[in-house]
Amino acid sequence: MNHLPLIIKREYLTKVKNKSFIIMTFLSPLIVIAFVAIVAYLSQLNSDKVRVVTILDESGLVKNIFKSTKNTSYNILESMSLEDAKNLVKISNGYGLLHIEDISGGKIESKNITFYSEESPSLTLISGLESQIQSELTLQNRIKEGIDVEKLKASIVNIEINQESFEGEKTSKADSVIKLIFGGLAGYLLFMFIIIYGNMIMRSVIEEKTSRIIEVIISSVKPVQLMLGKIIGTSLAGITQFVIWIILGSILMSIVSLILGIDMAQMQTPQQQIIEQAMENPEVNAQLQNILTGFYNLPLTNLIVAFILFFIGGYLLYSSLYAAIGAAVDNETDTQQFMLPIMLPLILAVYIGIFTVIEDPHGTVSTVFSFIPLTSPVVMLMRIPFGVPIWQQVLSLLVLIGSFMFTVWFAAKIYRVGILMYGKKPSYKELIKWIKY
Amino acid sequence: MNNLLEVNGVSKYFGDFRALNDVSISIPKGSIFGLLGPNGAGKTTLIRVINQITMPDSGSVFLDGESLSQKHIEDIGYLPEERGLYKSMKVGEQCIYLAQLKGLSKAEAKKRLKYWFERLDIGDWWNKKIQELSKGMAQKIQFVVTVLHEPKLLIFDEPFSGFDPINANLIKDEILRLRENGATVIFSTHRMESVEELCDDIALIHESNKILDGNLVDIKRQFKINTYEVGIRTNNQNDLEKDLADKFSISKANFKTLEDELKLNIKLQENETPNELLRYLTERGDVSHFVELIPSVNDIFIKAVKNN
Repeated sequence: MNHLPLIIKREYLTKVKNKSFIIMTFLSPLIVIAFVAIVAYLSQLNSDKVRVVTILDESGLVKNIFKSTKNTSYNILESMSLEDAKNLVKISNGYGLLHIEDISGGKIESKNITFYSEESPSLTLISGLESQIQSELTLQNRIKEGIDVEKLKASIVNIEINQESFEGEKTSKADSVIKLIFGGLAGYLLFMFIIIYGNMIMRSVIEEKTSRIIEVIISSVKPVQLMLGKIIGTSLAGITQFVIWIILGSILMSIVSLILGIDMAQMQTPQQQIIEQAMENPEVNAQLQNILTGFYNLPLTNLIVAFILFFIGGYLLYSSLYAAIGAAVDNETDTQQFMLPIMLPLILAVYIGIFTVIEDPHGTVSTVFSFIPLTSPVVMLMRIPFGVPIWQQVLSLLVLIGSFMFTVWFAAKIYRVGILMYGKKPSYKELIKWIKY
Repeated sequence: MNNLLEVNGVSKYFGDFRALNDVSISIPKGSIFGLLGPNGAGKTTLIRVINQITMPDSGSVFLDGESLSQKHIEDIGYLPEERGLYKSMKVGEQCIYLAQLKGLSKAEAKKRLKYWFERLDIGDWWNKKIQELSKGMAQKIQFVVTVLHEPKLLIFDEPFSGFDPINANLIKDEILRLRENGATVIFSTHRMESVEELCDDIALIHESNKILDGNLVDIKRQFKINTYEVGIRTNNQNDLEKDLADKFSISKANFKTLEDELKLNIKLQENETPNELLRYLTERGDVSHFVELIPSVNDIFIKAVKNN
């Protein structure tokens, strides 16, 4: 008698109808959106404020290069002592005073330029000032030395090495970033999914034990069926939650932007300003083109298929372990000792993904860990955008499926014995013994 | 086939611990069978083997002449000692789910539940959650779930624990009625006196071994102690007691009477009949009480353990 669909249905409906599940499903996007909106609003407030920077240029070399922008306005002082200027800025509540010493014909160096302010100044402001002064002084020096500036400019060569695989597939540096983002996103998504819904499965097993219904159930169905039903039902509930989050998130996002009049995509952050400035530069525009082609260059079909397979495999592997832990203990506080061996490989996988795959996606460490079953789903998902030979993916997947079946067998053994054990906090030694029962 | 259930030489080990040692029992169709023994004797393990929750290390189980397999799950209704229901699920939903697991269709389950809920007068609980019910109420639901799919074999592990006397009686009557309708019933309990009156056959389990089984009346006959509890009204109790002590082996008895009578347990020898004793007694005084002492299952159990 196959009761699996029945069990899946019950697990799914119980999860979905659960009050805290519903609240979490609808509240989480609200909280996240509210948070984003607050941050956006605050940064807009921040960028609306105009900083007044006072400049006292005793050398007279750079005083005319500063042009006021939306956020910064420049106030040029003439023939005033440094002390007077400082006092003036302090009294007028200016942002700060940029002072350039009179070096009477010599070369201006870093030690001649000082920025005075009440608090430590913003990093972007300072580096902005630095680059403006730097390029102006360089220009002046070149003219002074008799270098033909126009010729010099024309002689600069910009090199962007073309990348092409032996199969003739063109790639670029921007590709790597895109790949990294895709791989990282896939790996991280799996990681989050395992932690959130693995725990949910574990709690649901413990609940059946504490409510003592378990013996009634397993006199009707096989423990393996019950376990699989739980895992699948909970996962479906998880997917439902994820989908709702995404839909709700995008709807709320657009509502919030409409109401507050904040164009989220155009948030005026300093980084964005830099990007905007760069956009005008044709070279960077070409790079943007690169990013787009990079996206299309991704092995998308492979990525999607592999994502689905490794996601399912990895998730089932871990969730069967969670189910076994739930079966082995009586209450949630006892789960701690068994959680470590699960969390360790999971966290290891993410770290390997972040630190090793970026540096060397096909190096020994990344390759080895993309075959070890407990780390392979995350690491492999992060590697695949960089192009992993199909045979490696298949082999890794086979290892994953093999170990998944072993884990289900192992977990089912523990489950079968564990769900009928009460009042004992089992040790690892006892768990091994249970397998022989 | 007269036996609904045949258990042949079942053994089960948990690591080094022996839970069942070569246990064989047969349960006649339509009977009420008592599986008796102290806590930890192995009763629950045996029941779990019958329910296919635990697989035996050796031995075999036959239900209705067929080797036990997955399909027999629908033929068995099991009320475990450790029982409970999903706390946050509604009563009706939960009953339908559990009935479906036992192979009933949703419509059929609904129909039968309606009948049972009316019968036990619990119809208005349908939309309540289990956590809103009292323990006794939940037990009633649990009972309905156990019998709903009309199994051939009903197994009750410590059935009356948790029921108040009124409900315990109600359930007892329902069980008897189910037996009349053809079900075979297994009672498992360590409180032997609680089911003694109900059982046709019993098996005694002690420290993983079956030490005794058979028809309850046969067993009682086998353990008969040939002792009679008597009460006699006489003016000269001391003389009578002395005379009786010469003729029979006697001991003081204790039971409730209206007058101050001589109360004795009198054990007869093989060649003596109760009629001889009665005749002797009637000559010496007024006999107000004359009862054959039948050993309780508890007594039989203690004796059987000693003999082993």
